[in-house]
Amino acid sequence: MNGYNFAYLDEQTKRMIRRALLKAVAIPGHQIPFGSREMPLPYGWGTGGIQVTAAVLGPDDVLKVIDQGADDTTNAVSIRRFFARTAGVATKTHTSVATIIQTRHRIPEQALTEGQILVYQVPMPDPLAKLEPSRAETTRMHGLAEYGLMHVKLYEDITRFGHVSISYDYPVMVNDRYLMSPSPIPAYDNPKLSRNPALQLFGAGREKRIYAIPPHTEVRSLDFDDHPFRTTRAPHACDLCGDDASYLDEVVTDNQGGRMFVCSDTDHCASRQALKEAAE
Amino acid sequence: MSDPTLLSARGLNLRFGAVPALVDVDADLWPGEVLAIVGESGSGKTTLLNVLSGRMAPQSGVVWYREPAGGLVDVHAMPAPALRALHRSDWGFVHQNPRDSLRMGVSAGGNVGERLMAQGSRHYGSIRESAIAWLSEVEIDASRVDDLPRTFSGGMLQRLQIARTLVTHPRLVFMDEPTGGLDVSVQARLLDLIRGLVARLGIAAVLVTHDLAVARLLAHRVMVMQQGCVVESGLTDQVLDDPQHPYTQLLVSSVLAA
Repeated sequence: MNGYNFAYLDEQTKRMIRRALLKAVAIPGHQIPFGSREMPLPYGWGTGGIQVTAAVLGPDDVLKVIDQGADDTTNAVSIRRFFARTAGVATKTHTSVATIIQTRHRIPEQALTEGQILVYQVPMPDPLAKLEPSRAETTRMHGLAEYGLMHVKLYEDITRFGHVSISYDYPVMVNDRYLMSPSPIPAYDNPKLSRNPALQLFGAGREKRIYAIPPHTEVRSLDFDDHPFRTTRAPHACDLCGDDASYLDEVVTDNQGGRMFVCSDTDHCASRQALKEAAE
Repeated sequence: MSDPTLLSARGLNLRFGAVPALVDVDADLWPGEVLAIVGESGSGKTTLLNVLSGRMAPQSGVVWYREPAGGLVDVHAMPAPALRALHRSDWGFVHQNPRDSLRMGVSAGGNVGERLMAQGSRHYGSIRESAIAWLSEVEIDASRVDDLPRTFSGGMLQRLQIARTLVTHPRLVFMDEPTGGLDVSVQARLLDLIRGLVARLGIAAVLVTHDLAVARLLAHRVMVMQQGCVVESGLTDQVLDDPQHPYTQLLVSSVLAA
């Protein structure tokens, strides 16, 4: 810890981020600008998430970091080690014992509980940005809750493909007021956003925006009355733990077209395997 | 006329630096009526249209609009959300260049359905149904509903823009040279279509044009503008057949006979 303030950022910066977080929690789904700092990792690797984590982290917290569901990939390992070194906090891979979970592109399979904080890394915070190039105009649309344009995108998808073809970063309405990007989590995870007992914080480092979903807030995925929102997953069971309801990754195993499907959430998969072994 | 007006403007003034764009302009529009604003380039026609529709603020003067419930509202004193809601539902705006209002990367059906979705329509089937109905209304083949506007001809684009504007059944439509830039036969067909739709649906319209033939065909009343002033106004036939002001006489006499 020598040479660093607790959790890397200086206290004034953390205070500024906490002020943005408080405002974000007070207005669910609304994007709050904040003075994003240079972090010792590139944009796109989680600079927003890491700043939010640094601002909410305390010495007694237990940190878990997920990258695409996995605890053992480069991003997850590096960020976990970063906070172990700069804050001296305990790091764990078990979802149930963690108090703060920084995540990239997944929500853990295991249901979260009150008191836990889920921190998302967000590349593009504004779902309207892809449809309306002017930021002044998208800000006005958010202010007046004019979200018809987003449905034009869904209309086009149904017309072209027969269904809404957005499989990740599926836009949601928070508390019936703000249109929000849930960060690139699979649409499969969208239902878990709604009425979640954990506090959900979103940080976009490059775009300098913070937003939040307070616990137990209603979150609705956009859809049409006659084309309701539905989730998709690979129609297989996990080859390691046998779960037939979890979100799966397809892994290429050889050059002969061999494939296997495994849980994307490694902690979920490992604890199920441990249970199975204990039973045998 | 003692009936209540749909739109009234009183004492509109607007200068762009030293250039007078509007000088003490008064205008009235009654429900179901088509008013043409004619004049040469730079006479303030389009500025007047923008001021009447609330898209541009005058330096002095008021524009009153009568809401469906009967109350009068000052267009320029309205809060922005109310004015935007008015533009989405009760009003329509047809641009000279359809590319200004259409979304070129969105299918024809999506373009027509956008105003419905902006109003809160959330049933894909019924949105698509009314999109197809409106396409056939403006004589675009229903099979083109999923095509992108960039595959459409100029006349079709303009008709698509009209369908997109009329889908919410507006009471008042502002048109800025709707036939500009189209060749003569396409113009004739479009004029015929607009005249039919406006008459059948009882839409009031303010139409800006420099083409007196367009005004004669579509408009009930005409306002002639020169350098920001309204120099003459009255019933179309009266103004065009018996022009009183020297400038109107010049305009009428300079129409080329084929």
